[in-house]
Amino acid sequence: MRIAIVDESAARAAVIEEGLHDAGLSDVTIFVERRGIAARLEALSPDVVLINLANPHRDELEELFALSRAMARPVAMFVDQSDTAGIEAAVDAGVSAYVVDGLKKERIRPILELAIRRFRAYSRLRTELDEARSALAERKAIDQAKALLMKKRGIDEPAAYAALRKAAMDSGRRIGDVADAIVTADRLMGDL
Amino acid sequence: MTHTPFRIGFLPLVDAALPILAREFGFAEDEGIDLSLVRDLSWATVNDRLLYGHSDAAHLLAPLAIATTLGLGRPATPLSVPFVLGLNGNAITLRPDLAAQVTRVGAPGDVAAIGARLATVAQGAERRLRFGVVHRYSSHNYMLRYWLIGCGIDPDRDVEIVTVAPPFAADALAAGEIDGICVGEPWNSVAVDRGVGVIVAVTSQIWLRGVEKVLAMRTARMEEDPDLTHRLLRALYRAGVAFVDRERREEIAEILARPDYLDGSATLIGHAISDRIVFAQGHAPVDVPDFMFQHREAANFPWVSQAAWLYAQMRVAGHVQEDADDYFTAQRVFRPDVYRAALRPLGVPLPGASSKLEGGIVDALGVGTTQGRLILGADRFFDARSFDPSELDAYLAGTRSL
Repeated sequence: MRIAIVDESAARAAVIEEGLHDAGLSDVTIFVERRGIAARLEALSPDVVLINLANPHRDELEELFALSRAMARPVAMFVDQSDTAGIEAAVDAGVSAYVVDGLKKERIRPILELAIRRFRAYSRLRTELDEARSALAERKAIDQAKALLMKKRGIDEPAAYAALRKAAMDSGRRIGDVADAIVTADRLMGDL
Repeated sequence: MTHTPFRIGFLPLVDAALPILAREFGFAEDEGIDLSLVRDLSWATVNDRLLYGHSDAAHLLAPLAIATTLGLGRPATPLSVPFVLGLNGNAITLRPDLAAQVTRVGAPGDVAAIGARLATVAQGAERRLRFGVVHRYSSHNYMLRYWLIGCGIDPDRDVEIVTVAPPFAADALAAGEIDGICVGEPWNSVAVDRGVGVIVAVTSQIWLRGVEKVLAMRTARMEEDPDLTHRLLRALYRAGVAFVDRERREEIAEILARPDYLDGSATLIGHAISDRIVFAQGHAPVDVPDFMFQHREAANFPWVSQAAWLYAQMRVAGHVQEDADDYFTAQRVFRPDVYRAALRPLGVPLPGASSKLEGGIVDALGVGTTQGRLILGADRFFDARSFDPSELDAYLAGTRSL
């Protein structure tokens, strides 16, 4: 398992690294300097990123993570202290697993594995949601394009749909893209 | 009487004043609340602590509360905003040499003209100008984008927008990492004081009554103990009354400046809370009467239309896609019903409506209330547009003209 530790305190990162080594995890890279971190993380391609909950640069880091899809990695948090309820809430609230108490070695491996598992489950969910959304948008565009064709060419719905399908096949494009082009063109041309 | 423990997370900013004063002036204690404040340096941490139950409420960016509720980039957790902690109070600060090309340094100017000159500079620049905002889902980001678009600058193509946490704003300007930043006080003034930045606009010049930080709670937490929520809101309201008391300004600046709160200069903080802004190093402070609003004109009332405006800006920025359910959910984050229930016993003015035409007031206007008298001042946008929450599509169609 390849692990990246992002921490503004080199001393604390070293302690964490030692804990990971004791747990048999030796492929660890520490990031203290935040400059250029996105590119360096991307190059490293870690299985999991371990970051301090209270890291003062988290807003910047999250923005970098949000911008680069290739950077999408499970993130585990470590905190100085917490109660059980806090851990449960944390795990419910996000992709992050939650590491407490200076990384006790018998705890660390299952937590990192959990982080990766939860991340994968969430990212699958998100992909499905994105696909469902774009399918919905596509259907809407097709309906609008059909309505436009029916109105402007005075044809019925099956004929409008057939025209769309033919145009798509002739131009090697998806029917949703053709519909989208018609709707956009109509909006641009107005009543011309 | 035992006091209920209650924790509020915050970032070191002047607009964290009301929770801090609710504790320091004893208003929370009067309501039977043992209020403690948890200071952090990034919004991600403040938000996480709220979600993980380290805190019971948070001083939070209004759009971040909406983004968290909608589940942008993470699983959705419903948050509620029963109280707005303030309007505006942010500014746009540029590196001094860039500022000199677009404004009369040291004084406020016409933000449309400044933006037009900025557009010319941006076009002629060898590389894209880079602006900092405090968070992807921040009013700062949306206000900056609104201004840029209104001045003919495409915020995604013509310039670059990156994230810089408030306490690092001056450092980032000094290091040349950014050419400008939109950030809250006292961090603009810190940059001016160090000579690494010049304020070219305050956000109230872009929108006279722009919604800023809010009090956010997990909806489940808020609803599990309504009485506690109501008591907290009353304590915060009284803190707002104290905040606008001229006699207490010096004392308030001293409190906010303490190491466990803003850990900064009481002089600079004092400027912000008295609406006196030093635009550039070596210049005299300028009165900006509408710089920040923490109390007057029912500034703490969570207008549903404010949430709707923010959602509209999220659409413009491409942060959310068209989705009627999401639009409804985003508006439901703001909870005027809770505000009214909490503050009714105080006899304070309570707006009758929950939504208004944002940017629609040109001259002071008396508005309908269920209790008390309420006059709202002008709330116009710099480009004279207005936003009707029931006409989202028309508004968006009118925006995408670049």
